[in-house]
Amino acid sequence: MVKVEFAAALQRHVPCAPQSVAPGTLRAVLEAALAAAPGLAHYVFDDQGAVRKHVAVFVNQQQVRDRVRLDRPLADGDSVFVVQALSGG
Amino acid sequence: MGTLLVGTRKGLFVLEGAGEAWEFVGHHFAGDPVSQVLADARDGNWYAALNLGHFGIKLRRSGDRGRTWTEVASPAFPAKPAAGPWADDPTPWSVELIWALAAGGADEPGVLWAGCLPAGLFRSADRGATWQLCQSLWHDARRRDWTGGGYDQAGIHTVLVDPRDARHLTLGISCGGVWQTRDGGASWELTGRGMRADFMPPERAEDPNIQDPHCIAQCLADPDVLWMQHHGGIYRSVDAGRHWLPIAAAGPSTFGFAVAADPGNPGRAWFVPAQADACRIPVGGRMVVTRTDDGGASFQVYGEGLPQRHAYHLVYRHALAVGGDGDTLAMASTTGGLWVSTNAGRSWACLSRDLPPVAAVRFA
Repeated sequence: MVKVEFAAALQRHVPCAPQSVAPGTLRAVLEAALAAAPGLAHYVFDDQGAVRKHVAVFVNQQQVRDRVRLDRPLADGDSVFVVQALSGG
Repeated sequence: MGTLLVGTRKGLFVLEGAGEAWEFVGHHFAGDPVSQVLADARDGNWYAALNLGHFGIKLRRSGDRGRTWTEVASPAFPAKPAAGPWADDPTPWSVELIWALAAGGADEPGVLWAGCLPAGLFRSADRGATWQLCQSLWHDARRRDWTGGGYDQAGIHTVLVDPRDARHLTLGISCGGVWQTRDGGASWELTGRGMRADFMPPERAEDPNIQDPHCIAQCLADPDVLWMQHHGGIYRSVDAGRHWLPIAAAGPSTFGFAVAADPGNPGRAWFVPAQADACRIPVGGRMVVTRTDDGGASFQVYGEGLPQRHAYHLVYRHALAVGGDGDTLAMASTTGGLWVSTNAGRSWACLSRDLPPVAAVRFA
């Protein structure tokens, strides 16, 4: 399973406990986790389904630079962390 | 007792009061930018549009005057086509700001309009539970000529619903001029002859599709009368926006952002002048409001109760409001001043000098 966590800054608006979902592409994993809190999806993705430019997605503590395709395959035991990107000083 | 909603960069403030005595009774969404507010007189619902920065734009609704808020849907563009005439559209198909919120007609309960940035117009038939993009306007090829004003993209900041016919909407677009529909958004007409854009090449200065109306206000009792604070000055229309007549002088300056139209008197309107587009401060550091009572032929300049020395307040386009009585006004600035007037702008009482930058002021 893949563990997916959302940072406190996101949960301030829409609570979502850590999720454990089946392996798949990064997009499939994120979408499966967001099924637990559908209202959170618009906080993470923009109108075109890209990760918002001030949201950062980490896989196994490494930031994912691709915001559009999200087709990287994730395996059993991987972890995903979604956080606000540092901006505004 | 009245209610005042003040949308700021650090949340929504609610004041209650009458005359010059108003109290802060609520602070909602503390720390979050509020770009627009709407108090729907038809059903009492309040709406607050948020711009959360990292997490995009959001819309919240309250049916109990702010005691509780519900997140409703945010306007969102459909998937950008990968082929066809809009595949190369340089405008992002993602809403960056809810700039205008308007209630539909009295005969359209629950209908809302949202003007956004980029310049999509969205309609909700269910109090914000769902939104639909007005495709006819978004797919009009003339949109390619629109440009950003103060933002990178063009945006819709004014949505006026004709009180006589809710199918008739008038939009103000920066920079895309004045657009109107008379069939509820099925088709659109680019109106607005008479405006002049001095920031364009001279041959295109009168092109209605590239104009920068900063804000448009409508006289409710005589809805064919519209007032406009334009990037290049002040205009008035007496034929529902088909033609615009320039007003050459209006006190210290004809530059500014805000305009309010008297709801009952088509000859009266208020403006808050700034020096010029390249110098957006009160002329001489003296904050004033200008008012015409004769359709723009002459203006009075009022500063009583407003800071008259070393004052650098700018009043944004949605931060001047007039009450239904035509005598009560409220106004707030980018440097956190909030004032009310109970005598049609002749004098003002300061309610705060310490608010966050203010985007919108509305009576509820």
